[in-house]
Amino acid sequence: MFEQWIENAANFHKRRSGFQKGSVFNPTGYSQEVPPNRNPIVSEKILPSEKKKMDLCPLVKNILLLDSEGKRVAVKYYSDDWPTNSAKEAFEKAVFTKTQKTSARNEAEITMFDNYVVVYKFVQDLHFFVTGGENENEIILASVLQGFFDAVGLILRGSVDKREVLENLDLIFLCLDEIVDGGIVLETDADVIAGKVASHSMDDGAPFSEQTITQALATARERLTRSLLT
Amino acid sequence: MAQPLVKKDDDRDEEVEYSPFFGIEKGAVLQEARVFNDPQLDPQRCSQVITKLLYLLNQGEAFTKVEATEVFFSVTKLFQSKDLGLRRMVYVMIKELSPSADEVIMVTSSLMKDMTSKTDMYRANAIRVLCRITDGTLLTQIERYLKQAIVDKNPVVSSAALVSGIHLLQTNPEIVKRWSNEVQEAVQSRAALVQFHALALLHQIRQNDRLAVNKLVSSLTRGSVRSPLAQCLLIRYTSQVIRESANNTQTGDRPFYDFLEGCLRHKAEMVIFEAARAITELNGVTSRELTPAITVLQLFLSSSKPVLRFAAVRTLNKVAMTHPTAVTNCNIDMESLISDQNRSIATLAITTLLKTGNESSVDRLMKQITNFMSDIADEFKIVVVEAIRSLCLKFPLKHRSLMNFLSNILREEGGFEYKKAIVDSIVILIRDIPEAKETGLLHLCEFIEDCEFTYLSTQILHFLGIEGPKTSDPSKYIRYIYNRVHLENATVRAGAVSTLAKFGAMVDGLKPRIFVLLRRCLFDTDDEVRDRATLYLNTLGGDGAVVETGADVKEFLFGSLDIPLVNLENSLKNYEPSEKPFDINFVPKEVKTQPLAEKKAPGKKPTGLGAPPPGPPSTVDAYEKLLSSIPEFSNFGKLFKSSAPVELTEAETEYAVNVVKHIFDSHVVFQYNCTNTIPEQLLENVTVLVDGSEAEEFSEVASKPLRSLPYDSPGQTFVAFEKPEGVPAVGKFSNMLRFIVKEVDPSTGEAEDDGVEDEYQLEDLEVVAADYILKVGVSNFRNAWESMGADFERVDEYGLGPRDSLAEAVNAVIDLLGMQPCEGTEVVSPNSRSHTCLLSGVYIGNVKVLVRLQFGLDGPKDVAMKLAVRSEDETVSDAIHEIVASG
Repeated sequence: MFEQWIENAANFHKRRSGFQKGSVFNPTGYSQEVPPNRNPIVSEKILPSEKKKMDLCPLVKNILLLDSEGKRVAVKYYSDDWPTNSAKEAFEKAVFTKTQKTSARNEAEITMFDNYVVVYKFVQDLHFFVTGGENENEIILASVLQGFFDAVGLILRGSVDKREVLENLDLIFLCLDEIVDGGIVLETDADVIAGKVASHSMDDGAPFSEQTITQALATARERLTRSLLT
Repeated sequence: MAQPLVKKDDDRDEEVEYSPFFGIEKGAVLQEARVFNDPQLDPQRCSQVITKLLYLLNQGEAFTKVEATEVFFSVTKLFQSKDLGLRRMVYVMIKELSPSADEVIMVTSSLMKDMTSKTDMYRANAIRVLCRITDGTLLTQIERYLKQAIVDKNPVVSSAALVSGIHLLQTNPEIVKRWSNEVQEAVQSRAALVQFHALALLHQIRQNDRLAVNKLVSSLTRGSVRSPLAQCLLIRYTSQVIRESANNTQTGDRPFYDFLEGCLRHKAEMVIFEAARAITELNGVTSRELTPAITVLQLFLSSSKPVLRFAAVRTLNKVAMTHPTAVTNCNIDMESLISDQNRSIATLAITTLLKTGNESSVDRLMKQITNFMSDIADEFKIVVVEAIRSLCLKFPLKHRSLMNFLSNILREEGGFEYKKAIVDSIVILIRDIPEAKETGLLHLCEFIEDCEFTYLSTQILHFLGIEGPKTSDPSKYIRYIYNRVHLENATVRAGAVSTLAKFGAMVDGLKPRIFVLLRRCLFDTDDEVRDRATLYLNTLGGDGAVVETGADVKEFLFGSLDIPLVNLENSLKNYEPSEKPFDINFVPKEVKTQPLAEKKAPGKKPTGLGAPPPGPPSTVDAYEKLLSSIPEFSNFGKLFKSSAPVELTEAETEYAVNVVKHIFDSHVVFQYNCTNTIPEQLLENVTVLVDGSEAEEFSEVASKPLRSLPYDSPGQTFVAFEKPEGVPAVGKFSNMLRFIVKEVDPSTGEAEDDGVEDEYQLEDLEVVAADYILKVGVSNFRNAWESMGADFERVDEYGLGPRDSLAEAVNAVIDLLGMQPCEGTEVVSPNSRSHTCLLSGVYIGNVKVLVRLQFGLDGPKDVAMKLAVRSEDETVSDAIHEIVASG
């Protein structure tokens, strides 16, 4: 496997000059290399081998919608990282306490813990979270969060709070179902998501035509305010 | 829009939190679910009940198997309704219930009907549901529809089929792989998301075919990918191709680098960032290649969006580890991030600055950090402490101010992990920077005066016992240590007694005074404390005469135990009280990794106080018991080492055989673990014929056949060889499994009387030099190295030729020697040009061996290695070199 390197002086000098200065033969005999950092923010954990097949595809680990006390409103997990309900609850509690004091009402905020990247945004008494693996592209996660957040806004016609969400929980579940499938991003455009969800609720209750007009108006109003704001 | 689900008027009026699910109860909802069975379905009401069920599931309410089945069956009735909204809820509900195979059959036909429906929404969702719950057999039936769906003109349908394909590929790869043509067509789709999903699936279908991936990437990087998500994927695939093709390119130009750089000018932020990150992670990236990526990341640093700032600073933080100078341009932006509202960003900025900072900026930076420390959480503080430790190791001249900083924060409030990080850092600094020793020790002494953590107190006391006596004035530490005996709990008191005794043993001048103190400890209330004090007083000669303490006494009292504690614990547990006293020499020394359990992720490194890595439970005991129970092998003496099992057959063959090599002083026993994987066969009289013609020094002495080997119950057969005593003889053996095979009637399980003799060729087996070395770790390599002395040191240099990476070369040498890497030095940090690896082990004949390997990259790929061996025996040191030279 290795050819033993014949020890003769001439060769030795040639070889030695090939090394970078002070890199290999350090006189103290101890590695000068700094011990790798163990902290969660910069550690480079190797992905588990079973995920190897999928690791190149951006993956969402979960989407959480919690209330202002950290209680579950609607959640969806796409990963086996939290096998039991208590593991899920523990994660939600940790995420909630960690982000509680921050203000994420204008721009989406971001944090990292336990080797997960979490992006989040708050409105009224609702806390929206999207979690990804530690090596995930933060901006992709943020776009999923924004898609979910805006879609909920469209579906509820701007009045987004816990009560509205609970009263339209069926639509919120459909919304979650349309954003991510088994961890893979299905759609991030809020208009498209809300459109898909709304098209299913068309036949509910109100007459068809009336429904579409109100809906169209609401969407138009929403779009206008958004374009004015941004 | 959907109606409120439960109307409770009085609830609505109250100010208390209103919830349509207030007082919801599983039993009642299950009752309500009976409406699904009504002949006249009320879609709206059914929808509401499903929402309630989903709500319960979502809240973590568990449904029993019976309940879930019942709900599932009634939900299937709802396929009768034509209501769109209800159908949609039914789909979600079925996915949530994840029905079992026999239940799936109930809905298959309904879903297949929906899959071919004219309504796009039905098609898309039915595909997703069916693919989620289906198994392989059904898949072949619907394959035709799925292929059509992939190229459907409706992007939602197409995406649904593609995403389902990605999931199915994990379970039924052979089917999904047949869809390649359709998927290829979908990659060209005009719909952004379809392109993304198609690309993801196409790559996964072809991922094992490097050439195909290469072709895919080169054609797409030239073409136009519309979707930002697809573009991100393409960047990831491209960097993978770059990584894998790195060996083939001789010219300086990196393939596809231009593509990555071009992506830095993309309009979508996620693409820009993905490309920038990909560039920074290139193997051996040059500063010229880095510059454009750093520039865009720098722009992100001043973005108004926290997510962008975080992404950029996190990436730059990583770059700073390998290319600190490349990041210095961003220092001004970084400094303004210290006051960022988002503390994660601030912490990352600080630690990046600590990595890129130069000697002159340290003091200014420390000032900023001091203000910053008070308002961040412990976990961030730990990160900062670790960064400061690295900084101090980088600029040893600055140790005074950095050490001061550490001792200041040590005095402040903080949790255990945080305090431990600080103490660990101080300990490391004391070890590595001699000038910092005395101040550092005093800081630690002051800390234990008021330390609420027993663990930290005892660890510091232990450390004081090692380092304190070597200082210029050891007596000044005695007061701090003896105070512990008065003020602390029993664990700390016992630790303090040991430390006092160490001072007594090492510093003769202090002996009389130490004895006085130790004698007082004889009146302690705790047994352990008294026992220790008595032991030390007697062994150190506390009976008045001040004599020099003998080296063997020191070794006995304070020498490191060269046996893994778990092994000792196991042996003690197995020891049965008898005439024969317990002999510590019979405790196996091998740090045995469990052969059956899967490999664990590389564990955390022992830090600071040098805690030895916890050894996994030993299987040596089991082997030893097994072998000593076989009379033929009972006179071979003590088992020296058992190797990990080596597979002699391919996976999934008729007979699975692996072998464990047991090394004795003058014998080698091969233990063949055989498994019969054919239900219709019974094997009898199983032996392995070993041809040792290529192993001249070995001669077969005994073998033990396996009487019978029924289906799926593993059995063992053994072959023993004699070899020259104490000599690390190596050789190659070819193996042939011989047995009598009998047919078994699978229905009755009875074997026929007549059998046929048969043979089965196994792979060759080698006894290598590493089999004669035990993996035995040392807790403190430096101490062990120094105490071993340079008497039998052998140093030589080797060229290892071209290698894929430094890490690969390091692992190859570790495997070759079969020794235990110490202090986590088996991990090579990416992009480094050199590496030092420390190994320890015990050579056959119980000779301790320590090895220091220094690797360096010589030229683009050639690895050179300097090997220094110290051992207790000259011939062993030479033997190690022999192994490497001939390996």
